[in-house]
Amino acid sequence: MSALGAVRGSAGFLLRRLGFYALAGWVALTLNFLIPRLMPGDPATTMFARFQGELEPEAIDALREAFGLTDAPIWIQYLQYLEALSRGELGISVAYFPSPVSEVIGVALLWTVFLAGVAVIISFALGTALGALAAWRRNGLLDSITPPLLSFIGAFPYFWLAMAAAWILGFQLGWFPLRHAHDAGLDPAFTGEFLYSVASHAVLPAGTMVLASLGGWLLGMRNTMVGVLGEDFITYARARGLPEGRIWLHYAVRNAMMPNLTSFGMALGFVLSGALLTEIVFAYPGQGYLLINAVRAQDYPLMQGLFLTITVAVLGANWLVDLVTVVLDPRSRT
Amino acid sequence: MSTLRALLANPKARAGLVILGLIFLAALLGPLFTPDPLAYLGDPLEPPSAEHLLGTTGQGQDVLAQTLVGARLTLAVGLATGLLVVLIGALVGGAAGYFGGKVDDLLTLFLNVFLVMPGLPLMVVLAAWLPPGPVTMMGVMVVTGWAWNARVLRSQVLALRRKDFVAAAVVSGEPAWRVVVVEILPNMASLLASAFIGATVYAIGAQVGLEFLGLGDLSIVTWGTNLYWATNDAALMTGSWWTFVPTGLGIALTGFGLTLVSFGLDEVTNPRLAATRHISGPPVSTPVTHLGDTSDSTGGRA
Repeated sequence: MSALGAVRGSAGFLLRRLGFYALAGWVALTLNFLIPRLMPGDPATTMFARFQGELEPEAIDALREAFGLTDAPIWIQYLQYLEALSRGELGISVAYFPSPVSEVIGVALLWTVFLAGVAVIISFALGTALGALAAWRRNGLLDSITPPLLSFIGAFPYFWLAMAAAWILGFQLGWFPLRHAHDAGLDPAFTGEFLYSVASHAVLPAGTMVLASLGGWLLGMRNTMVGVLGEDFITYARARGLPEGRIWLHYAVRNAMMPNLTSFGMALGFVLSGALLTEIVFAYPGQGYLLINAVRAQDYPLMQGLFLTITVAVLGANWLVDLVTVVLDPRSRT
Repeated sequence: MSTLRALLANPKARAGLVILGLIFLAALLGPLFTPDPLAYLGDPLEPPSAEHLLGTTGQGQDVLAQTLVGARLTLAVGLATGLLVVLIGALVGGAAGYFGGKVDDLLTLFLNVFLVMPGLPLMVVLAAWLPPGPVTMMGVMVVTGWAWNARVLRSQVLALRRKDFVAAAVVSGEPAWRVVVVEILPNMASLLASAFIGATVYAIGAQVGLEFLGLGDLSIVTWGTNLYWATNDAALMTGSWWTFVPTGLGIALTGFGLTLVSFGLDEVTNPRLAATRHISGPPVSTPVTHLGDTSDSTGGRA
């Protein structure tokens, strides 16, 4: 394939994927619109149940208006909803009344992306590397001990590992801070002190997330690698007398990595779900912490705003994974 | 049945089955010997003692009783959801793989959309609008969990669709549903079994997570509500580890047991993965694709 053809091929692939994510995004925001309206009972009554008796009926009507739950035909409501979304409006939070949902979510999203991003990348890199080594030294020490150990650890819920780590390393030993993303006395700034505070606060939440997800990457890589090592081209490379390290890295690892990379995109959703629950344990000021406040206060607009923003973040991250795939795997460019 | 015998001979699968057997036995018979899990029996947050073997909760309830009783509903809902998820996955995946063409394109697009959407936030939005309880729990987990299995099962149906015996069944005039249900699905029994295991692990994890968030029925005792109350009663701040450690171990042992059985199943049906190089056990009729191999290791993460 000529260089130009390759570029055109990758562009086509990436555009197709972009189209798919646009579709997925549309499904998510339509679900978001439909769920409250399809549920048993009147959404406005459910939503404002906690205001009953506190507010005049007129005020409730005004709130209905503000949340877009009018008596207008459903397709007009849908158009109004889309129009509001295009302006970045996600409604008004009930728990943080009267702040708009978009404002409440804003900063929290950055913390979640930071925490989950760091954890996912470390876990993927470490797990893939360990899996590649385990398969290479079949039945060696690494291969016999780590898979069962990590599978056992991976069987604990993320947030339970977080609770155990918080209790032992944070509460008993006092090595790491137990709560929040940085010391309360520090203002966010690019100073060494602040960055150190952020890093030390991230160790426990990110560490437990890595621990919980490591086994999956390790096993996925190990099992694919075992398959690849049985292929004829490996035998051929051996017969040609290539150095072992070269066979390992260029022949086995590079080919075995693709399935792991493909599942990376899909695993993001799982890991993010785990991250949300982990944040709750550490009172980390991200999306998960907002989520539990929203559940406690029955703040439906905030819950739905969180669903939308998290979905969009996951779709974006998936597209980045596609970009990496194009760079690493020529077969995806056709 | 030869696969089943090979499975029982596999050390990993056997260890997994023993663990699961013990947990089910404890869930079934244990509550006969423990006090009412909801009764207020002693001082709150008492450490383990002869009277309360695993201590008491923040409300003075017996932790051992709560752990044993909690297992019942959590396991029942987990298994039922796992079954439903595989059933829907087999139907959608079977239809997509069997009919191919436009039907396949459409169904695959649909399930890819559901795969890429993050599960927990969608489950939260759904569960928050519905009355709390086990049925709601099962419903939202099925909605968010069916796609993974559908995808794995689809590729296997697609592979079997090209076999001669399927062509023979089609030519002899069997209706499509019969070809899928009678001819194709039985030939991928081991894949369906590992899909069921993966789905059950997912369902237990998701259920515990949702209940931990406070979206379950808080008046009943499950493993998820146990952990919800443990954090609510400040287990970490008071250092009362006994309120969350037993339930967590129960969840992890169940998940680990299921995963071990799934590993055993993989090794039996895919001899390349077996610990020893020589092929042991009888030959197996179902070829397992790579997609199938990784299904339980990635699909079970929730």
